[in-house]
Amino acid sequence: MREVGVTNRHRVLPYLLVAPTLVFVTAFTLLPLGESLVGSLFKHKLNIPRFQIPIYAGLGNYADLFKDPEFLQVVANTGIYVLALIPLLLVAALVLAFLLDGRIKGLAFFRLAVFHPTVLPLVSAATIWMFFLTPGYGLWNQLLHLFGYSGPQNWAGNPSLAIFALALVAFWKNVGFLMLFFLTGLQNLDHSLIEAARLDGAGGLRLVRGVILPLIRRQTLFVTTIAFIGAFQTVDHVFVLTQGGPSGTSTLPLYYLWQLRFERLDVGRGDAVTVLLILVLLAFTITNTLMSERHEN
Amino acid sequence: MRIRATPFFRFAVLLVVAALMLTPLLWALAASLRPPEIPFAQGSVFFASSFSLANYAKAFSLAPFARYYANTIMQVVAIIGAQVITASLAAYAFARYRFPGDRALFIIILLQMMIPTAALLVPNFSTIRFLKLYNTIPGIALPFFGSAFATFLLRQSFLSLPRDLADAAAIDGCRWDQELRNVYLATSRASVAAIVLSSLSYHWNDFLWPLVVTQSDTVRPLTAGLVRFTQMGEIGAQWGLLSAATMIVTLPLFIVFIVFQKQFVRGYISSGIK
Repeated sequence: MREVGVTNRHRVLPYLLVAPTLVFVTAFTLLPLGESLVGSLFKHKLNIPRFQIPIYAGLGNYADLFKDPEFLQVVANTGIYVLALIPLLLVAALVLAFLLDGRIKGLAFFRLAVFHPTVLPLVSAATIWMFFLTPGYGLWNQLLHLFGYSGPQNWAGNPSLAIFALALVAFWKNVGFLMLFFLTGLQNLDHSLIEAARLDGAGGLRLVRGVILPLIRRQTLFVTTIAFIGAFQTVDHVFVLTQGGPSGTSTLPLYYLWQLRFERLDVGRGDAVTVLLILVLLAFTITNTLMSERHEN
Repeated sequence: MRIRATPFFRFAVLLVVAALMLTPLLWALAASLRPPEIPFAQGSVFFASSFSLANYAKAFSLAPFARYYANTIMQVVAIIGAQVITASLAAYAFARYRFPGDRALFIIILLQMMIPTAALLVPNFSTIRFLKLYNTIPGIALPFFGSAFATFLLRQSFLSLPRDLADAAAIDGCRWDQELRNVYLATSRASVAAIVLSSLSYHWNDFLWPLVVTQSDTVRPLTAGLVRFTQMGEIGAQWGLLSAATMIVTLPLFIVFIVFQKQFVRGYISSGIK
């Protein structure tokens, strides 16, 4: 098809129009990625005179990381955090979507109640929870007490509970956001399929498992991916609630990255962690793309 | 779609869920309005006998929240403005012209959606320092001036526009920029709104990046200001005061959200594809 009004000017114009976006994307996403890849191969520590000028070390930074108990602790923390948070988040988001779908008195209020934490800055949410979790009069402990809990009170300051305090804040903050995608999925369902299944005698959980869940597979896959990617990227609550402590038991990847680069001034190792983090995030995105494409076919 | 549960049971469950979800924010709001001289004690944690704005006054006197507000607003406006401009130019090129390398360039830009800028804070910090933009508002904003997400969304919207309409504009002698503004952008308001709102909520709430590229109150945004406030030595466990600071940081955007709830939710849904 011939463009209307094509002139010589239009041979250059498209490139000029794309240029600004391309320049920014290149300067702040693509080049930095390359920079980290290269930087991760050098020992480079700003606070040690011998390493102030980068020295080539091959995969030394990576080898050191996997021998370092502190890094392994971060990996373990992340595993616990993800395992505690994500299954619960997905199930709760789905159940809430079912509850909030369709007519009921007070629907707008209920949706707002579930969704409102999404809008708050995570630092605000974490500050509110710092107060909520306070030992003594904090409402969290009083609530747990109602259910017979008598364990440790100081969640943010307890080595075995701090990571769960972080998961709790992330749960409260994100459940409404994820619910939204399930809700959209439910609202776009083909009702005749459900009715047919219902006439065949499927009801309750069987209807959900056998008919509805397969129909919203796409949403489920998508929500799972953003939940994982989100879990690896959220860090603000660590700064507010635990600062990674006590003794490193609640350090999450981005917090560790920040500590390496800005507290310990270890640039080389910071680059290695950046590369690993990006690889993990890419793995999630690519799996999601591949799986949803297979589903399409 | 509805699962058949008795309406009463469903209503009761929702009521409990809503109460649990709302408690943290409402408790912090109540605490911020508590007169500072009435201490928290078991039994009377929710409300004191009277309300007071003393915590708010003290929070404002301890930290420059007005300055933080101005900084956040400047940062967010700069980012959103730049994103809408760069993205509509690029989206127009991709939607309107065929040119050698167009697909490759589009894919290169889309890579940004797969690699979260948040994870690149170490190299981006070096870039900002190299550009002598450390501790400036442009330094906070610059990395986000190009947005693959916005380019993608606008291109989709531009492509859905009937070809005839654009051709008619070209025949009428419209220049490309008039065509972009009066035809393409004018019919893509919903996409622009989704971009503005999702960018607003991301950058208004962003914390780690502004934290690492700023060091003084003159440029620090609300989020970094709040965290610094919570860590100030003289504040300790004055929860009323901390809650007031949190509300100062949180409530304005929250109220905007309540007013424009529908549009926000639409923005959130489209931002999910990031």
